[in-house]
Amino acid sequence: MKAMSLRNPVIRRNGNFLIGTAVVTACLWVLVPLYFLAVNALSSPKAVIGFPKPAVPQFNLESVHFFATYEGVATALLNSVLVAGLTMVLAIGLGAPAGYALARFDFPGKSAFRLVVLMTRAFPLPLLALPLTVLYIRTGLDDTALGLAFVHTTLALPFSILITASLFLSIPVELEEAAWTLGCTRIGAFRHIVLPLAVPGIAASAVFAFVTSWNEVFAAAVLTVQHRTLTAFLLQSLDVSPLPLKFAGAAALVLPTLIFLFAVRKYLFSLWGIANR
Amino acid sequence: MRETRWLPYALLLPATAFLLAFFLLPFIEVALNAFTPKGGGPFSLNHFRTMIGDWKFGPAVRNTFVLTLIIVPLQTILALALANLVMKVQRRADVLLYILTIPLGISDLAAGLIWLAIFEQTGYLNSILSGLGVIPGPQTILSYQNMWVLFAAVILAEVWRATAIMLVILVAGMGLIPREYYEAAEVFGASAWKRFLRITLPLLKPSLQTALILRTILAFEVFAIVAALAGTNLQVLMGETYAWQFDFQDNGVASAYALLILAISVGFTVLLLWALRDRTGVRA
Repeated sequence: MKAMSLRNPVIRRNGNFLIGTAVVTACLWVLVPLYFLAVNALSSPKAVIGFPKPAVPQFNLESVHFFATYEGVATALLNSVLVAGLTMVLAIGLGAPAGYALARFDFPGKSAFRLVVLMTRAFPLPLLALPLTVLYIRTGLDDTALGLAFVHTTLALPFSILITASLFLSIPVELEEAAWTLGCTRIGAFRHIVLPLAVPGIAASAVFAFVTSWNEVFAAAVLTVQHRTLTAFLLQSLDVSPLPLKFAGAAALVLPTLIFLFAVRKYLFSLWGIANR
Repeated sequence: MRETRWLPYALLLPATAFLLAFFLLPFIEVALNAFTPKGGGPFSLNHFRTMIGDWKFGPAVRNTFVLTLIIVPLQTILALALANLVMKVQRRADVLLYILTIPLGISDLAAGLIWLAIFEQTGYLNSILSGLGVIPGPQTILSYQNMWVLFAAVILAEVWRATAIMLVILVAGMGLIPREYYEAAEVFGASAWKRFLRITLPLLKPSLQTALILRTILAFEVFAIVAALAGTNLQVLMGETYAWQFDFQDNGVASAYALLILAISVGFTVLLLWALRDRTGVRA
């Protein structure tokens, strides 16, 4: 009926109005709760526990200061960054070569490998932290950033393999072959031709691995004791922490990921679309 | 090139070794731990008996299923509606998509705390309601005495946070459906609803299947949102797993819970693969 509705200005205007209302409603549904969090984080503790709540932020940094100087927060932040950084390096370091192999070669076992990678999604992976607590004590990895990063890498690795595979697939193999005929080695061609073209996409999937780890709660809370990440710290102090601490903590969790995801927003959508096909 | 025969395997080796060590091995280990009695010994079902004998087991199973069976269909409908909206918008669809996918980057714990700011006693819901004169002052909203409100809060927070991932998968899938199909349907006078039902939905089945599997598994893992909004007043499977592992320091019972969640996840994956299997051989 589109043809008719386009000819009829009344129907078209009504349709546009409906779509416009739906767009605004959908955006408000996402943004309003975030706005409330921002108001809480930027108001004084007194206002945060007071009633009624302020509708606009006071731009008072007392809550933020209270959070930042609260015992354990600084180290928790540092641990979160450390674990997420290690996860990022591991996921790309292990995933990109596998992605390249999937994109450039046909070999027996390729579809089996793909299947195993896809299959990992059918498992609640954070649960695998449970047996690792025991294994880690035996190997001295317990309560370390690396130990937790290994678990987070199982979460991020399947995505980084599939994402890099499609990235390399999108770079014409002819470019590489041309370099070989001009005397480049395979490694040389990869470094000088493929890598420069793939770097932005790889960086985007690295950011994705970082965010996966940064946001993970269950495995972090199970595996870290003294060296808790920010999520583990916030979860375990839910019963005792005052509201200003909770909200400033939530804001501290959300802010870096929003900045990161904004930086890679161009890739975000295509990456997720690709990795989940 | 001569090295190409072994090269792909060499490139896959690190990732494969890693998955064996940190996916397969822990998976075997968790099963062993669940069936090994405390202090070692032969195969036993003791941990499962302890798990089922605990009064929180029944509520945890029931609550997790109720939450999943409400949240996932709600999200599917909402994601389909939003994906249609994104496809309809002519100008600045990229901005709309960016805003709608913001929750992708938000952890479940942060989402729980964000909705806590709305639902807690001195929170925004009470502030707005008392500002409008509906209620005289702050009311307790999140309490074990009104369980359905706890459920509603968790459902809202989960739908708010995790619909974005379905949306992205569905929008990617809709982008693959050829425009010509819709044009042809319009020529034959099919309404927008009919076009959605007869073209979009059938051709979107692979994407829908992926999105449903991903979301269902994650829904059975619901944990931090519940912890933030309902504390221990609302038992869920993952929360009980955490309590047995961390609070009671009983890895055996925690492993039994883990095995149960794994079984449910795999069961639902198989169910969804079967229910939404490709019957025609046509792929979008």
